[in-house]
Amino acid sequence: MIVLRTERGRWHDGRARIGLAILGVIVLLALLAPVIAPEHSLAEHSIVATRFLAPFTRDGDGVFHLLGTDRLGRDVWGRLLHGGRVSLSVGVLTMVLSLLIGVVVGAVAGLAKRGVALLLLGLTDFALGVPRVVLLLLLASLWPPSAVQVVLVLGLTGWMPIARLVHAETRAQLNRPYVEGAFALGARRRRVLFRHILPHAAPPVLAALALGIGNAITLEAGLSFLGLGVQPPAASWGSLIASGRDTVVNAPWVGLAPGIALVLVVLGCTLIADVVGEQE
Amino acid sequence: MLRGVALQLVRAVAVVFGVVSLTFLLLHLAPGDPAARLLGPAATAEQIDLARHSMGLDRPLPAQYLDWLGRTARGDFGVSIAQGRPVASLLSEAWPATALLVTLSLALSYLLGIAIGAWQANLRRRGLDGAISGVTVALTAMPGYWLGLVLVMVFTYRLELLPAFGARGLDADFLAPWPRLLDRLRHLALPLLTLTLIGLGGVARYVRASLRHLRDAPFMTVARAKGLSRRRVIVRHQLRNGLIPVITLLGLSLPALFSGTVFVEAIFAWPGVGQVLVQAVQGRDYPVVMAAATVSAVLVVLGNLLAEVLVGFVDPRTRDDRVAH
Repeated sequence: MIVLRTERGRWHDGRARIGLAILGVIVLLALLAPVIAPEHSLAEHSIVATRFLAPFTRDGDGVFHLLGTDRLGRDVWGRLLHGGRVSLSVGVLTMVLSLLIGVVVGAVAGLAKRGVALLLLGLTDFALGVPRVVLLLLLASLWPPSAVQVVLVLGLTGWMPIARLVHAETRAQLNRPYVEGAFALGARRRRVLFRHILPHAAPPVLAALALGIGNAITLEAGLSFLGLGVQPPAASWGSLIASGRDTVVNAPWVGLAPGIALVLVVLGCTLIADVVGEQE
Repeated sequence: MLRGVALQLVRAVAVVFGVVSLTFLLLHLAPGDPAARLLGPAATAEQIDLARHSMGLDRPLPAQYLDWLGRTARGDFGVSIAQGRPVASLLSEAWPATALLVTLSLALSYLLGIAIGAWQANLRRRGLDGAISGVTVALTAMPGYWLGLVLVMVFTYRLELLPAFGARGLDADFLAPWPRLLDRLRHLALPLLTLTLIGLGGVARYVRASLRHLRDAPFMTVARAKGLSRRRVIVRHQLRNGLIPVITLLGLSLPALFSGTVFVEAIFAWPGVGQVLVQAVQGRDYPVVMAAATVSAVLVVLGNLLAEVLVGFVDPRTRDDRVAH
């Protein structure tokens, strides 16, 4: 990757290492969820015998529960790992969509004629002004909520920072001698964009992406917390926090664990964004 | 500055107009007939036809759109399906509670955040600075609904200090004035603390970065060389220069703050716009959702406008368009 090659110094920053380590471990655990906690381990057994077991205990069958069990006797650790797959996928898919739209809008606004540019920038400003949560709630009241809908809406409302960054970088690069040189050598706009402009825009865009992933995961969790996000039987961290809401008194770990996982992911994203987005 | 504000005003009107149009579009794109949705599954075909006519749904779409714009402009949002009352009165009852929560948490998180950020920016001990940064970044990473849950665990169930739900106790009407005020404050404490804490982290981080940048600026050296006290150097010179971007941040943070309020109100059953909105969504009470969407867009846009004017007030350079900067 271009960024990694030219900006190697940044990855020696302590914050970036912590951020990468946190995200790396969590992503790995989520990827390995089917191995670590196979589906059958999530099934409900004898509810009365296995419900609300505290963390680090064994149930009657000798099965060890790292983070205890919830009110149906399901293993919280296993549910957490599987929920992580849902939450992380939503975050990544959302930002892929935002990245695509943001780069296209930003680059076109930077390279196109004044009229088109003004129109696109106006659209960006407008989209920034629309309260995202309200839009999500509005859609949830009109269409039955689903994971696809959440990803689409979060992606369609998260591209504006990226478009702004790409636009600013495009405008700044257009007057540079090497860009002029590239045009003089007969390079097309698309080639100049991909070879010269976008690599320069990569660090701030990467920072915006990292923050955006954290935001998207938090928002999805918020919607799922209200029962308006990913629908059962799939459960994201937000649904898990919601299920822990009723048991704060007798089983606080049910709601604490997914919340801590969520905070760690957002923290990792923020630390990476801090380092990558810093100007020299 | 006037030109800038006029430009912002045009943009604000455009955003509100856009949101109102978008809600209209979404309402008509959504599967199912709005009249049928309004009446529920038990309605007969004749009832639906009647409702379609009285709602104007049998008229051409452009006419409906104009009608929609006109009614929105007059603040006529129709009648709530769930409660059978005008949406406007429902919202006008709810907004003071939200305004109280938002204003207080905004003021507290900015005051505390600026103080912590300014203190940190001038700390010479790197270890302490790093530790505080760790706390503030963790606070920014915390979703409000989860932090609220944790605070309820601690303050309501472990310490049994503060109530977790609503804006007032059941016996509030029978209390003497002072106990009644105390009751209100105790109910306010946890939602306010939640919103303040999640806002504070971001502000402190931003202020720290902004002031750190200025610590070794020439004008700071001059101010110190003049023999000004440390506090005066920080307050009069560093803060005044460093806070300008923070005010812009204030305007930009309003949408996020409103989002946070929606979730926090839902957790604490705080009787504000956010709770009305969430209940309306869960009950598919879409006239209420539409109205709340419009009202919140207006609020957010107004906040941005206010921030623009404030920046002009604090930084005279932005007031005059002729001065290059």
